[in-house]
Amino acid sequence: MESFLINLLNGLSWGMLLFLISLGLTTVFGVLGILNFAHGSFFMLGAYLCMQIMHIMPSFWSGILVGPLVVALLGVLIERVLLRKVYGRDISFQLLLTFAILLVLDDAVRIIWGPGYHVVEPPAILSGVFTLGTRTYPVYRLFLVIAGPLVGLALWLFFQFSRWGRIIRAAAMDREMAEGVGIRVPMLFTVVFALGTWLAAFGGALAAPHQSLAPSMGERIIIESFIVVVCGGMGSFPGAFAGALILGLFESFGTVFLGSAQMAVPYILLAAVLLVRPYGFFGREV
Amino acid sequence: MADTKRMQTVAGIILVFILFLTGPFILPVYWTMILTEILIMGLLAMSFNLLFGYTGLLSFGQAGFFGVGAYATALFLSKGGNSLFVSLVAALGAGAVAALVIGFLCVRRDEIYFAMITLGFGMMLYTVAHNWLSLTGGSDGLPLLNVPALNLLGREFSLFDPNVMYLFVLTVTALCIFFLWRVVRSPFGLMLTAIRENKQRLAFVGAGVQHLRLAAFVIAGALAGMAGGLFCLFNAMATPDILHWGFSSRPVLMTVLGGSGIFFGPLFGAAIFFGLEQLITSMTENWMIFLGIILVPVVIFFPHGILGTLMDWMRTRTKRAP
Repeated sequence: MESFLINLLNGLSWGMLLFLISLGLTTVFGVLGILNFAHGSFFMLGAYLCMQIMHIMPSFWSGILVGPLVVALLGVLIERVLLRKVYGRDISFQLLLTFAILLVLDDAVRIIWGPGYHVVEPPAILSGVFTLGTRTYPVYRLFLVIAGPLVGLALWLFFQFSRWGRIIRAAAMDREMAEGVGIRVPMLFTVVFALGTWLAAFGGALAAPHQSLAPSMGERIIIESFIVVVCGGMGSFPGAFAGALILGLFESFGTVFLGSAQMAVPYILLAAVLLVRPYGFFGREV
Repeated sequence: MADTKRMQTVAGIILVFILFLTGPFILPVYWTMILTEILIMGLLAMSFNLLFGYTGLLSFGQAGFFGVGAYATALFLSKGGNSLFVSLVAALGAGAVAALVIGFLCVRRDEIYFAMITLGFGMMLYTVAHNWLSLTGGSDGLPLLNVPALNLLGREFSLFDPNVMYLFVLTVTALCIFFLWRVVRSPFGLMLTAIRENKQRLAFVGAGVQHLRLAAFVIAGALAGMAGGLFCLFNAMATPDILHWGFSSRPVLMTVLGGSGIFFGPLFGAAIFFGLEQLITSMTENWMIFLGIILVPVVIFFPHGILGTLMDWMRTRTKRAP
């Protein structure tokens, strides 16, 4: 029972991180039509910047507030200078451009912070462990389990009810029509891309006390969030939530039942979804 | 007119081939080895371009099949196999089988989904190679203790001689490229191009788009496996990092650098790639960042690649000439 609870919490906390990352990926794709390969690098950058800012202003909260904002500014710059040039182009060129950004960011992180591991301490209020029967569990992971859905809910409310959210959804549905009724679509694209990068970096900053920071940390998350959005259906909010939750839980319970073969779990899930529902849980055939 | 043009092309290819043949007799050993690597990676990039340039499918997992081929060769030779020919057939076959199984799942989606899915399954193969210690030796890889000698006209040539290795790789690569050439010129190849241009229309006239895609995927996987087998012989080693998606990105980058619309574009791109690598790594360790910085303007300003842009430019020049 205790180990079941621990696995459940592990799965939920990882699933919530995946959810935040997939959300940014899927939102950017839904509106801009661009699949961002560099999304995992923004995640990593968020974590490293959080750490760096904590050296200057020694509080985790300043790191998680400022770090993602800096990354979002970088997102604005990238959208304005680079992505804007390839909107009309073939999808593969857009992919390649974001891939080039990934190469630059990943190597830049390696150059600036070195190839080794770094550790970020959670804030005092969230550090330590609580007891769960005979075992202990880190408080911070519980915080992740709660923070993930809250951020998701806030975003959902934003998209559903706020004026900006409606405008973004309108532009995602029909770009030309939105432009026709006076929405400044280019500006909107910049805002959405910045939002996407902010989400990735925010996820990274949240993940920083949860895992050690290394230049390869963006890699696992981008591959798994690709699997999440393919399984959930690209551009779908509930799809990203369901996909992330299922993948997170499968992975944590996989360690119990499968041992070292657990690493194959994401791919088995992907294969199963492709066989049964090739367009994802919430995706529609196009 | 068409005939003379064709003659020109064939003559050009033969000339380039002869130039390649003379390579080891002119170049220092170091550059012969670089040239060998260019040929192997060029073959991988050309197999990738059958999917990308001809069929319109961006595969980000081609290194998976390359690695499967490399491990097939390494396993065959380390488990007592002693035939060069069979070791390469094993690489070809293993690449084809892996591509058949994975392709069966991948061809259900296209465009960005295809890229994401192939990336995922490529990384699955990497995970297997990295973690199945008893079979693959984990992150240390599988070293080749003996590389069988090449038996030719009753004489034995050791592949440890870089020049022999180069000529061997050149022969195998040329055969594979000739095969690819026949494939893209065949009715089947034209159907693949039709998939790229308009898959709905092709489906409406009764072609099985998924089957055609799968066939292309298997051919590309088999040739990637072959390139992997050669790479394993060349390095006397199979390591898991050649299955990683970072490695998968190499054929993609080479193809984009050279130009995906041209048959030999990826090979040319491989040459540029290695040239750049030599140039940049002689100055700094962090060459990926420079690769990224170079790639950005190539993607934005030269969508046809470097060879492609050059050929476009030559074409407009000859047109203007009286």
